[in-house]
Amino acid sequence: MTSGKAETWVLITNPTGLHARPAVKFTKLAKTFKSRVEILPAGRTDWIDAKSIVKVMALKSPGNTKLSIRAEGEDAETAVAALVALIERHFDEGQGEPGGAHGH
Amino acid sequence: MLVGRPASPGTALGPIFVLAERLQGDRKSGDPIEERTALEAAIAGSIAEIDSLAANVTGVGADLLEFQSAMLSDETLRAPALVAITHGEPADRAWASALSEQIAEYQAANDEYFRARASDLGDLRDRVLRRLRGNAAREAMPTGVIVCAKDLTPSQFLETDWAGGGAIMLTDSSPSSHVAMLARGRGIPMVVGLGELPLAGHSIVLVDGTRGRIVLSPGADERSVFASDQLSIESQRRVENNALARPAVTLDGASISVMVNISGPDDLSAIDPGSCDGIGLFRTELMFRDNEPLPDEDAQYRAYRRCLDWAGSKPVTIRTLDIGGDKPIRGLTPVGESNPFLGSRGIRLMLARPDVFRVQLRALARAAPHGNLKLMLPMVALPSELAAARVLLDDVIAGLAGEGTPCHRPPLGIMIEVPAAAIMAARFTDAAFFSIGSNDLTQYVMAASRDTPAVASLNEGVPEAAMQLMANTVAGARQLGIEVSLCGDIASDAKLLPPLLATGLRSFSVAPAAIGRIKSAISKLSIGEGNGQG
Repeated sequence: MTSGKAETWVLITNPTGLHARPAVKFTKLAKTFKSRVEILPAGRTDWIDAKSIVKVMALKSPGNTKLSIRAEGEDAETAVAALVALIERHFDEGQGEPGGAHGH
Repeated sequence: MLVGRPASPGTALGPIFVLAERLQGDRKSGDPIEERTALEAAIAGSIAEIDSLAANVTGVGADLLEFQSAMLSDETLRAPALVAITHGEPADRAWASALSEQIAEYQAANDEYFRARASDLGDLRDRVLRRLRGNAAREAMPTGVIVCAKDLTPSQFLETDWAGGGAIMLTDSSPSSHVAMLARGRGIPMVVGLGELPLAGHSIVLVDGTRGRIVLSPGADERSVFASDQLSIESQRRVENNALARPAVTLDGASISVMVNISGPDDLSAIDPGSCDGIGLFRTELMFRDNEPLPDEDAQYRAYRRCLDWAGSKPVTIRTLDIGGDKPIRGLTPVGESNPFLGSRGIRLMLARPDVFRVQLRALARAAPHGNLKLMLPMVALPSELAAARVLLDDVIAGLAGEGTPCHRPPLGIMIEVPAAAIMAARFTDAAFFSIGSNDLTQYVMAASRDTPAVASLNEGVPEAAMQLMANTVAGARQLGIEVSLCGDIASDAKLLPPLLATGLRSFSVAPAAIGRIKSAISKLSIGEGNGQG
């Protein structure tokens, strides 16, 4: 296996952004890859670990945010592609539905 | 044989476990390595607890628990606490301050979805703290033992695992203490007021909570008496279990409503909703434990929802916080009151602390659309207190409606436990219902603290003065055309039923363990409805 690098960006279009349920799905998926995976929302300068839900939640990325994703490792290409696809599928949730468990 | 006072019926034989006084206080912290291990263990235990909860729910609840589990599993969350521990902080304080910082960040978020996550982190903080602070007592108190102590707090009782049986013997305390009520509710035998105990050289004890006796190192004879007692208790229990499924009806055909008293939704797992007519008293203050942060609105809402879901269309009477008296909460109840039972407690304290009261009222109003919820105020002495609470409730509901949050206004009734309210019952024209709190009403009218063994005998049975106040309350309710029930401890005592029925009372709320007993007792009584007592 060769070590690879991949980087791209994607627009988070579901209304609640990287909220609780999407963030669980996102970090779970990221953890399935061996590569180091990091994300950077537009307007920030520090890349953060895409496998840490605490860090991903701390970004508090609302909907309509541009998110850069990069990976480094043997499955870098696959990782980035899979995460982009998840975001583009609106995290497999109905689009009008709030993106996570909240309130009542 | 040593004689004390019976506090909770039943007998038990087991090893003596002396609860040292130091365990009754705060968590004892160790060196950084021990503290780190304690925190890691509390987190691992909490994750397992959340995952097993999640296995039993679906939908939004499951998502929420999965999110909480993922957050707690992420080492990033605990990292700042571990750093603080290496600098000498005890595990519980390090964890609480690390999480509080995160909670504050979420609370400051612009996006309301992210702001709402603060309550999830609050939940996680509390869950781990409970494990950290409960640990000392839990590890030290194995299940199935006979706990021997000077006194026991309600939280210590609630944090003990009674699944394996056991019993309690106290050198101090009284049958009317709060912990005795809890013991009766769980069916744990208990003897109190034993005085000095010559425990040296003894490891096994027989506790007879029905007669208020203990036998240290019982011999073969005493053990065989114990065994035959167990048999007769078993047969009595069978009779009571048979009564459970049937409605409570007297010999002459009067139906009596029998509801259950609970201290939290966890009590409900052991109770068949078909065995009673609803929840007559949920003592919400027992969700608030010493040394722990107060449950937030969402946590309270979830607890109330669980009760309503369990009860279906049956009534669920939730009493607002009755803090104070023998149930102090650090940081809420005033310190150094010379007589806390006559001090700032119940509705008095809540009207003085609208910040705390509003959170509870919001959670209740949000839960109300999901069942037959009734809201009950404790320690009301004057109609003006009811009026003040009503204003707060109206305001909270207007607020919720303004936010577009689904809510409903539950009927607002009062506990009748202050003699002034019992005497002037008919003046509470705004009350939706009355519920007589016989324990406090009795100790207040007799001016005899139930926690002072030397005077507690004044409260035993139903003193005539208390009975007269109860009859007056029933008459007041009838005049106002509202419902009245009795949710005090005396309702659990089958011997006291005839005089209580004679006052006109037809609704009782009892400890879970007493539902079968009171129903079987009712089925053997006649009340003579035709004699003007109905």
